[in-house]
Amino acid sequence: MQAQSQAVPGTQAVLSLRGISKSFPGVRALNGVQLDLYPGQVTALIGENGAGKSTIVKILTGIYQPEEGSITVDGRETHFPTAQAASAAGVTAIHQETVLFDELTVAENIFIGHAPRTRLGLIDRAEMLAGAQRLLASIGADLDPKARLRDLGIASKHLVAIARALSIDARVVIMDEPTAALSHKEIHELYDLVEKLKAQGKAILFISHKFDEIFRIADRWTVFRDGQFIGTGQMADVTEAALVQMMVGRAVDQIYPKRPARIGRPVLTVSGYGHPTEFEDIGFTLHQGEILGFYGLVGAGRSEVMQALFGITRPSKGACRVGDEIRVIRTTAQAVEAGIVYVPEDRGKQGAVKGLPIFQNVTLPSLARTSRAGFLRLAEEFKLAREYTQRLDLRAASLDQDVGLLSGGNQQKVVIAKWLATKPRVIILDEPTKGIDIGSKAAVHDFMSELAAEGLAVIMVSSEIPEVLGMSDRVIVMREGRIAAEFAGAAMTPENLVRAAVGITGEAA
Amino acid sequence: MTQAAPPMTGRQIPDRLVSPAKRALRSWEALLLLVGVAIFVANSFASPYFLDPWNLSDASFNFTEKALIAFAMAMLIIAGEIDLSVASIIALASTVMGAAMVAGLPVPALVALGLLTGLACGAFNGLLVAGFGLPSIVVTIGTMSLFRGISYILLGDGAFTGYPEGLAWFGQGYVWWVFSFELVLFAVMAVVFGLLLHRTNFGRMVYAIGNNATAARFSGIRVDRVRFILFLLTGLTSGIAAVCLTSRLGSTRPSIATGWELEVVTMVVLGGVSILGGSGSIPGVVIAALVMGLVTFGLGLLNVPGIVMSIIIGALLIGVIALPRLWKMVRK
Amino acid sequence: MTLLKSREAILALAILLLLAVVATRFPAFVAPANLARVFTDTSPLIILALGQMVVILTKCIDLSVAANLALAGMIAAMMNGAGVPLPLILLVVIALGAALGAVNGLMVWQLGIPSIVVTLGTMTIYRGTIFLLTDGKWINAHQMTDAFKAFPRAVVLGLPVMGWIAVAVIAGFAVLVNRTALGRAFYAVGGNPHAAVYTGISVGRTQCAAFVISGALAGFAGYLWVARYAVAYVDIAGGFELDVVAACVIGGIAIAGGAGSVAGCVMGALFLGIVKNALPVVGISPFWQMAISGSAILIAIAFNARRSGPQGRIILKHAEHRA
Repeated sequence: MQAQSQAVPGTQAVLSLRGISKSFPGVRALNGVQLDLYPGQVTALIGENGAGKSTIVKILTGIYQPEEGSITVDGRETHFPTAQAASAAGVTAIHQETVLFDELTVAENIFIGHAPRTRLGLIDRAEMLAGAQRLLASIGADLDPKARLRDLGIASKHLVAIARALSIDARVVIMDEPTAALSHKEIHELYDLVEKLKAQGKAILFISHKFDEIFRIADRWTVFRDGQFIGTGQMADVTEAALVQMMVGRAVDQIYPKRPARIGRPVLTVSGYGHPTEFEDIGFTLHQGEILGFYGLVGAGRSEVMQALFGITRPSKGACRVGDEIRVIRTTAQAVEAGIVYVPEDRGKQGAVKGLPIFQNVTLPSLARTSRAGFLRLAEEFKLAREYTQRLDLRAASLDQDVGLLSGGNQQKVVIAKWLATKPRVIILDEPTKGIDIGSKAAVHDFMSELAAEGLAVIMVSSEIPEVLGMSDRVIVMREGRIAAEFAGAAMTPENLVRAAVGITGEAA
Repeated sequence: MTQAAPPMTGRQIPDRLVSPAKRALRSWEALLLLVGVAIFVANSFASPYFLDPWNLSDASFNFTEKALIAFAMAMLIIAGEIDLSVASIIALASTVMGAAMVAGLPVPALVALGLLTGLACGAFNGLLVAGFGLPSIVVTIGTMSLFRGISYILLGDGAFTGYPEGLAWFGQGYVWWVFSFELVLFAVMAVVFGLLLHRTNFGRMVYAIGNNATAARFSGIRVDRVRFILFLLTGLTSGIAAVCLTSRLGSTRPSIATGWELEVVTMVVLGGVSILGGSGSIPGVVIAALVMGLVTFGLGLLNVPGIVMSIIIGALLIGVIALPRLWKMVRK
Repeated sequence: MTLLKSREAILALAILLLLAVVATRFPAFVAPANLARVFTDTSPLIILALGQMVVILTKCIDLSVAANLALAGMIAAMMNGAGVPLPLILLVVIALGAALGAVNGLMVWQLGIPSIVVTLGTMTIYRGTIFLLTDGKWINAHQMTDAFKAFPRAVVLGLPVMGWIAVAVIAGFAVLVNRTALGRAFYAVGGNPHAAVYTGISVGRTQCAAFVISGALAGFAGYLWVARYAVAYVDIAGGFELDVVAACVIGGIAIAGGAGSVAGCVMGALFLGIVKNALPVVGISPFWQMAISGSAILIAIAFNARRSGPQGRIILKHAEHRA
């Protein structure tokens, strides 16, 4: 596809990248890419995992240095040797994880690195507080500048990050998956904020996987694929299908290929599960071959219920029956033994053990089977790892490679392989396609269908309505720690889901 | 459970790209071994007394007891924790042995009590760290004071002397020719811990926990139980070391083994175990113990005072870790 | 009510309780003159604990402070013996201490070696250097000039100079940690090292600065120690580094970095100092001191951990009110 760079005529790009390349051992993350950001415009950067988005962000914020290529700010060529330099040039970023400091106050967070000083060189507290108050007001954030960041929720922390961006008089604001952990209400507030920033003439680089979001707030689009620049243009001139095609390099028809499966006997029955602070009165039945979707707003308690089922946390009351027997599950070892496994949402922290090789990750819960009398048998371990990594089509150089070197999608495969190797009866997938691009999403969904078809029972926790509706046989909606509703068949509609999740009997969001 | 045979759709990934033998050659342990051999050769030229078997055997006493603890400490550090109270456990165990001796108990009881005290101290550490989730570095700084403090309360500035003859064999006896009981014990423990860390499920769990305890927990590993056992091991080996040391010195003072915790940690880190956890090996610790023993022995033959020896050990520790990094910096 | 919940307030309460208990056995202990004496006696610990605090804030640890103190102290005594005027001696020990701290800091910053390993090594190197300089010989009181020995003990407005120095250091640190960019950077680096990079703070450089400060204070405290006890030899302040870390822990400085206050640190040191001074007076054998401070550390840790709260999230509405 030809590169289209028709900007709003007459506007010069604030920031332009040309021919940027960056390599790491074994992988060429960026290969001569280009990017233009215009004042008062939101540019969406779209691409699969591994397309090079996070690398370009790191180059823009001065963390990495490009090997080739040029960076132009206001028409003058420049470079960012340090994060400080990027900041000084007016580039700032808001990431998924907070890049702020819990132990400092809101005002200190806003001004860290450039706090106003008194004549003696000390920090001018009064000036700092006043400045913080002004900035927070300008974005409509009702926060106490003296509050400690630790005591705020994630949406508030994002607001502080944005106030910080304004404090350094940022001209370019990079937002990297900012809505990942926000509730519906908070997401809308963020959209309003983006409009405010646009009105102030900031250039915004918006990275997201959610097409509805992209089409809602972006003015322009740029697509990367495998470290290459594929194209750019106006949002008004492009369709979702076209974008997907550019991202993936091929047409993706079926995103949600749920195959019909024979739904068999109940394999898991949960009744009366409760926890003092996280959830209450949870009960449901899961059958062989079924995909049970769990929908709800962020913070509704779904992951907490699943983690209790898996033995990570202890429920204070309730019983669960797996197959025909009542099981007491208080540890993960007991859960695995009962045939329940859990693929966590946070791949990095909870899923794969980076530092250990792939095959050791795969055999970790199955050591009792591969070992003899407590002693390891490497041949057996490699055999098991080979079988399951092959089944999942893992892309890696060798099985004794450090799992930390793999891409996010492949790490996810290792985590799933690890659990399949335990031959479970119930597999719980917590946001399995979160942060995964559309091409791999389809692969994961395909795989889930396959598991169900083989007789496994699948629980899928998801916050994406199309995914939940497309993949599930039934949907349970949770709200504030309780089950709000259960839907099946024709009742599975977006409106019903959202109403139950939000708890209003009126217009759906 | 009705699962069809999984379809073999994916590509075949090779098991290994680099053979384990080649990997071993490029490792820290190999570098350390080279350093050790170099020191050995240098020492044999520096002093005529060096190559005498009995002198070498005598020299082994300056590292065998610490090495016993170092094996357990290595596993603990690989799992991401640390135990700075080991020297104080020695003091307390030795004090308990002395009290038992004064009460007229026979040698087997003395040994048993020494070991049990070590285990009990280890269990206390384990309970605080694994049971209550407190950070091990500060817990063991606390128990370091507490355990030795109890010894001081029991013994003041006095000492227990007059241990029965039967006890002397552990620290002063020989199994065959120049090979002392302590040296043989060292070798046996090296094999036992080597197998435990590198060949068993337990050892695998230790590495997993050290690299990512959360993911390990989410993989069904009983992380707290493993941690507790590791503290039991450092306690037990400290108890064993206490028996050997008390037997060798023939007396107990509350100040016994002062500073040993840092020497043990030095031995472990010198052996290639990362202080941050997740990597290291028992062979590395064995080589480090021998290297430290060689250095100490060789310098002793040259009449270098103990405190100057510790400068060299300190410099060795920093040097061996800094040099590879300096090299990388210069290369860039 | 938030005041009551504050860690520092509870520590203050514990100290007052301790003093009250001691006063029942020996009322003269809480007389102002005696409290001043206890404060002065604890000054080296307070000074070193504050230096250690900024190191711990940045997620590091400095085990070489006692060796640094000893080496600087010995050099101070040697200079005194050679007739060097006192002001120059003070400048030299501070500079020397800072240099020794910089060695630690540079290795952590430039070579990325974990601080526990670096300071384990420098601890023995610094102390061993004392032996190399003196061949194990002591410098005794009669070899020191009167001015050298008298300075820390000179009483001004009811408090010896050494006590005033501690007060000055406390005040200085309060300003440093709360009102300077470097001070806030200590918290930032320890609280969220990844984020610190994005805000333009160099993690390594901040940690190095912490080591230099810790070292400079240790150097200065070396002179104070040697002058106050009127003796200098290889083993002075042996094991003191662990008392210093203990003071920080009791004072609520989180070992994981990023949290802690000057007030807490000072009170942690005072707690240990009061215990040390109170024991002989109350009739408890000084041999109990170690066990008591060990227990205090454990209690402080357990207490701090509980206050960081249980990890679970509060989702149920009615649970919010209970929590």
